[in-house]
Amino acid sequence: MKTCLIVDDSRVIRMVARKILEKLGFSVSEAENGAQALDICKRQLPDGILLDRNMPVMDGLEFLASFRRLPGSGDTAVVLCTTENTIDDIKRAIAAGADEYIMKPFDSEIIHSKFTEVGLL
Amino acid sequence: MRSEDFELLSGLLKQRSGLVLPKDKAYLLENRLTPLARQNGFRGLEELVAAIRTSRPEEILAQVTEAMTTNESMFFRDRRPFEQVRKVLLPGLMPAREPLRRIRIWSAGCSSGQEPYSLCMLLREAGEALSDWKFDITATDMSTTMLTKAKAGLYTQFEVQRGLPIRMLIRHFHQIDEQWQIAEAIRSMVKFRLFNLLDPPDELGDFDVVFCRNVLIYFDQATKARVLNAIADRMAEDGVLFLGSAETVLGVTDRFSPVQGQRGMYHLQGKIPTIAKP
Repeated sequence: MKTCLIVDDSRVIRMVARKILEKLGFSVSEAENGAQALDICKRQLPDGILLDRNMPVMDGLEFLASFRRLPGSGDTAVVLCTTENTIDDIKRAIAAGADEYIMKPFDSEIIHSKFTEVGLL
Repeated sequence: MRSEDFELLSGLLKQRSGLVLPKDKAYLLENRLTPLARQNGFRGLEELVAAIRTSRPEEILAQVTEAMTTNESMFFRDRRPFEQVRKVLLPGLMPAREPLRRIRIWSAGCSSGQEPYSLCMLLREAGEALSDWKFDITATDMSTTMLTKAKAGLYTQFEVQRGLPIRMLIRHFHQIDEQWQIAEAIRSMVKFRLFNLLDPPDELGDFDVVFCRNVLIYFDQATKARVLNAIADRMAEDGVLFLGSAETVLGVTDRFSPVQGQRGMYHLQGKIPTIAKP
């Protein structure tokens, strides 16, 4: 079973995303911010990460910069999932190491589409 | 919904669009036509039907048909057909069209344009290899609402996130407020035309490739056969037809045969499609 880490400071978003991803067959874990997510990833790299951008303690792009320095992290697909929706925001995220990008709000079709795009489905 | 009202509406829809609505889908009539009834000043669906029964006002009939035949589309829907175009169809067809360097494509039932625009993006991304080729892309639908939207090439944030890789979004679209518009260079690659598949497509010309995906599912067998046979009449001998993943020609018409090893692709019976071996 493929694994996915949801990183978002919103409990509601984590809950909604979890429901969708579990239905798609993922084993899901959660983190409230980038620092927590990094700890989890240092122990075990997930197959995919659904990553919020604006979080306290450590935000998504800071996490991504540290994450991509972990050995083996290149095999993990990172889908940034954020309310920021300009072309510049998207370019910045891709340059930082995101494989795909979701502009909130999302639905199950968008998650399915993006996770298919990165090869997880 | 009253049985006689269902019979009247479903009969009209079949006659005007070929759409076959089974009785268990009667709720779709209620969902889509009740708002339409109110917009036209009727209290509800029953009054709308009574007006149709009395005088058959053409404008109302056209609106009813539009409301029932507009369907969602998405970019790169099903993915596989677009991979087949890239890896199997174009590498085979291009050498065969070498003198003229022209390929004619028909997206039949194009809805709000995502299918023809997906093809255009695929062709643009192929780069230099296709830069001096001419792709005549005709996209047709019977809904003026859908065609208006398709021509504008303007999509919501939801629509551009379904099926479209993010890198393609930022390469081929720009933002207008909260919406995304596909680049003029792509929009200009497609000729959109109002066309009902029940009508003979002679005026559209001939095609090397036809996409008729997820349209025939709404028709009965006889109408499916009629549409497919009409497409066959307009198809180049070595051309290819793409149908939706849940569709087939088998048992419907003997004018087409499946392309071996390529699900969803069909060639004219007795002819050899010009495709590459993957």
